[in-house]
Amino acid sequence: MTSAITLNDYLAISGLLFALGIAGVIIRRNVLVIYMALEMNLNAANLALVAFSKFNKLPEGQILVFFIIAIAAAEVAVGLAIIVALFRRNQTVSVDDLKTMRL
Amino acid sequence: MNVHDILFWVFSIVMLACGALVIFSRNPVTSAMFLILLFFFMAGLFVLLEAFFLAAIQVLVYAGAVMVLFLFVIMLLNIKASERRKFNVLAVIGGLGVAVAFVWELAVVLRRPVQSLTTGAGEFQGGLQDVVRPLFTKYMLPFEVTALLLLVSMIGVVLLSKKDLR
Repeated sequence: MTSAITLNDYLAISGLLFALGIAGVIIRRNVLVIYMALEMNLNAANLALVAFSKFNKLPEGQILVFFIIAIAAAEVAVGLAIIVALFRRNQTVSVDDLKTMRL
Repeated sequence: MNVHDILFWVFSIVMLACGALVIFSRNPVTSAMFLILLFFFMAGLFVLLEAFFLAAIQVLVYAGAVMVLFLFVIMLLNIKASERRKFNVLAVIGGLGVAVAFVWELAVVLRRPVQSLTTGAGEFQGGLQDVVRPLFTKYMLPFEVTALLLLVSMIGVVLLSKKDLR
């Protein structure tokens, strides 16, 4: 049973998800939602890597995705700890109110 | 059009709809719920790509651990006041502009099939052994460094969560 889905279809879906993630990072003002959009970007990259791994018949893509998932878990823990510390200090999660480093 | 193709389009379209709902829903808890759904459909796409191990890891680590952490923090901070805020017009224009430019570029690149990228040279058939064995032989050092990174991030989180940072 041959499938009509090519590598291009997977790359297109991955790219569309990445574009949605970028739009979310720029549009949203809530730090937590920005962080979720970043997770979407990571997942879009994962999809592209797994698709390349399948169509090139090489296991390296899947191994790289394994490392990305492990590191993303660590990164989320640290990022959320920073967000909680920021909220404790400023009582806000809106990036409009976090402008002490703005010129 | 066989079952594989139909499932691919269903998973992809519903996943992209979930992504749009993550961005455009007002309540952060709703966003988090749609993100969990998105991770499940991504796991479905991994299954279609015969990456069964990664599909299981995706559900366990992302939909399980990471999103529980997200929901825990959202409910801990109890953010209700910041929901009413209007969207920044400049940011909306900029964000949609960047997204549209990216999609346009993608369409130009993917118009023709990327033959040079699919050599099909390898022997990999999607088995679990072929994925996991290199982790303990060829990629042993990155594997151990990842373990160290998890330890360091755990210590960092504990330090960051202390009441008085010194």
